Amino acid sequence: MSAEASGTPPLLEVEGVSKGFPGVQALDDVRLDLRHGEVLALVGENGAGKSTLMKLLAGIYTPDAGVFRMNGRDLLLDGPRHAQEQGISIIHQEFNLMPDLTVAQNIFIGREERGAGIFLDDRALNRRAQDLFDRLGLALDPAEPVERLTVARQQMVEIAKALSFDAKVLIMDEPTAALNDAEVDVLFELIRRFRSPETGVIYISHRMEELARISDRITVLRDGRYIDTLVTAETDQRTVISLMVGRQLAGDDRPTGSAPAGEPVLSVRGLSTKRLLRDVSFDVHAGEILGFAGLMGAGRTEVARAIVGADRRDSGVISVRGREVQIQSPADAARLGIGYLSEDRKQLGVLLERSVRENIVLASLKDYLGALGFVRDRRIETTGREYVQKLRIKTPSTAQLVRNLSGGNQQKVVIAKWLAKDCDVLIFDEPTRGIDVGAKEEIYGLLRDLAGQGKAIVMISSELPEVLRLADRIAVMAEGRLTAVLDNAAATQENVMDYATRFSAEGTITR
Amino acid sequence: MSPTTTPQRSDTPSTSAYAAVDAGTPRFARLRGSLQQLLAAASLIVIVVFFSFASSHFFTANNLISILTAATVTGILALGTTFVIITGGIDLSIGTVMVLCGVMAGVFLTYWGWPLWAGVAATIVFGGLIGLINGVNVSVLGIPPFIATLGMMLIAAGLSLVISGTKPIYFNETPEFQSIMNLSIIPGMRFPLGVLIFIVMIVIAAVLLSKTIVGRYTFSIGSNEAATALSGVNVRRWKIIIYTMAGLFVGLAGVLSASRLSSAQPTGGMGLELEAIAAVVIGGTSLQGGKGSIVGTVIGALIMAVLTNGLRIISVPQEWQSVAVGVVILVAVYLDMLRRRRAG
Repeated sequence: MSAEASGTPPLLEVEGVSKGFPGVQALDDVRLDLRHGEVLALVGENGAGKSTLMKLLAGIYTPDAGVFRMNGRDLLLDGPRHAQEQGISIIHQEFNLMPDLTVAQNIFIGREERGAGIFLDDRALNRRAQDLFDRLGLALDPAEPVERLTVARQQMVEIAKALSFDAKVLIMDEPTAALNDAEVDVLFELIRRFRSPETGVIYISHRMEELARISDRITVLRDGRYIDTLVTAETDQRTVISLMVGRQLAGDDRPTGSAPAGEPVLSVRGLSTKRLLRDVSFDVHAGEILGFAGLMGAGRTEVARAIVGADRRDSGVISVRGREVQIQSPADAARLGIGYLSEDRKQLGVLLERSVRENIVLASLKDYLGALGFVRDRRIETTGREYVQKLRIKTPSTAQLVRNLSGGNQQKVVIAKWLAKDCDVLIFDEPTRGIDVGAKEEIYGLLRDLAGQGKAIVMISSELPEVLRLADRIAVMAEGRLTAVLDNAAATQENVMDYATRFSAEGTITR
Repeated sequence: MSPTTTPQRSDTPSTSAYAAVDAGTPRFARLRGSLQQLLAAASLIVIVVFFSFASSHFFTANNLISILTAATVTGILALGTTFVIITGGIDLSIGTVMVLCGVMAGVFLTYWGWPLWAGVAATIVFGGLIGLINGVNVSVLGIPPFIATLGMMLIAAGLSLVISGTKPIYFNETPEFQSIMNLSIIPGMRFPLGVLIFIVMIVIAAVLLSKTIVGRYTFSIGSNEAATALSGVNVRRWKIIIYTMAGLFVGLAGVLSASRLSSAQPTGGMGLELEAIAAVVIGGTSLQGGKGSIVGTVIGALIMAVLTNGLRIISVPQEWQSVAVGVVILVAVYLDMLRRRRAG
């Protein structure tokens, strides 16, 4: 299947493609070739550049440099519709469906069957959809509203829509994320059917064992660069993972991972949620940093949100200093000294349009009320200045709007807010997302200092080197379960990645 | 969108691998969509029955016709605005723009002496023009619909006063103007032409929404605007078209309301938009967009008209009528939320 007749250009070729965003070089001189009739897996860690490459191929972004070729001819991809018309169809991770429309209406949106004038001919549309389903062997009802379909069937609709464009190249982004085993089988059968001497599939997935089942070759990206392409039959999971992870570990300043002593400050037992989490249990001690590693969607953020009561827990016991506590909302959590620093800083962490000092005292405003409930501005200013100095927040004054601060300094403001609240447990969700390298170092130092002062710190990060460098112990999650808690000394990028891809036997997260 | 049912696996060996996801959704689930309409229709019937027993003056041909007459102007406003609301938008300007259209009818017919047909057509087109401006403000300038149409609401209210010199305009040049609404079309009964126009507009709106490309994109935009745009639909253009269309309905309502009073009253209109929106919402159209129907809107408009009429007939003071309508809106929307939560 993989051998291309010599001289024939590949079905799709990507050459020297680069794409930068302010502050990040998402793709740097990336290449890739998809041969006729093959399934090419595209793998890489979070942030390796897979989705950027996808969006370039979808015509959503335009590349800064590089060329795309299809069957040897240069391709210009001008907008999503244009890419589809040239034979490139993409099935995104989050579906692009209109839930209120029927299956057939979704598939042919923008390409309706018209009767006279502005009138629609939905019968013809349904027939057209039915023909398509017959051809693909799909059991879908064209007239069924999409919102009534299960996720698996919605995905079938997406695939049918992609194929209705007479796609030559089908790109699938984590297509099995929401499917159960039987549904995965159906999906693979569809892919096999789609595959022909004129077509090819680019398959993005984190699930190693799927790659072995469905792919012919595997292309690895890391840090926005092309690393290697392997023939699936001639390689193994270890090799692929080590290529994905690749990087040298940062320095010798890794924590020693001394066994935590004493009573845990925060302990979580049997935490489960309806949607994702299954029986998560762990402890955090004073003075330690517990890192959470895992792939996107593994449930790390969900753990944090469930602990602080931002999401509903189905079961689970949370204890603070050995005493069981009831946390129904982030306000309860804050009262108990648990601060959650969201990954979505701009949406959930700071008030961009308010001043630095207002943000700092926001969570503890009650302490700044004088007689009759008036806010005591002078004390707020004192506290604001104290933390600006302590955390070295770069701002001309405490009255500066947070909007005007850099990402790193905004993050410091959030940290100051929880310090002002006098929290003992600080849960950092992606504390260095979107901040530049220098500021990252400062945040790392700050987290270490806080642990040194006896705070218990939980750090969630998608950057494995960051976790390895900072965390005393590392909790690894996969599909809502905790698959390992490793001492730093015992952790390597390889074994963490191994635990992060340990999917359960059923392989799904649907109930 | 969350998986409500996991596909059942068939126990018997199946002919194709696809049988695994072949279990599908039960047919009866499809009925759920029309439940809100059934509910609204049932409430309408309950209210009608209640008033019929409460007063012998209620369930008479004449009174039923006067309910329809009362529902006509708000109803036509509600028809047009149903489209806007299904796209996930809102139009707060329809009440005062309707008044402005009435004033413009006065300008065309009385001040400028245009023939009746030209004045009426120009008035409707004028309404469409205002809708076009709303549409451009929303989809090209990107002003949120609430703000864009709030601005237009105030502009129209002011312009009506400016243009008319704050005085009513009478249709002295074209006395037949008042027939558009009031002409009795069934001998022996006072069944006004306006009600017939209302019924025709209901049919037109229902066909537009369910059978044409306009309706399809109305639902599609409200259901998932980004996905619609990604599918190559020119969402901006269609939104302008939809707001313009709603404006044409407003123009017609302006003609009918001025015709009913035989004069263009430059004041008022404010609050009418909320009555129209209430009718739409009672009829099961979601303010989040993506869901709604013309039948629902008509039932909603009738519920409001029947309540107002019935409460007056059983001598409930006017102050209380407003309270009752408010309660109905809350109950209707709450029931709808319950239904959605269960379905979702």
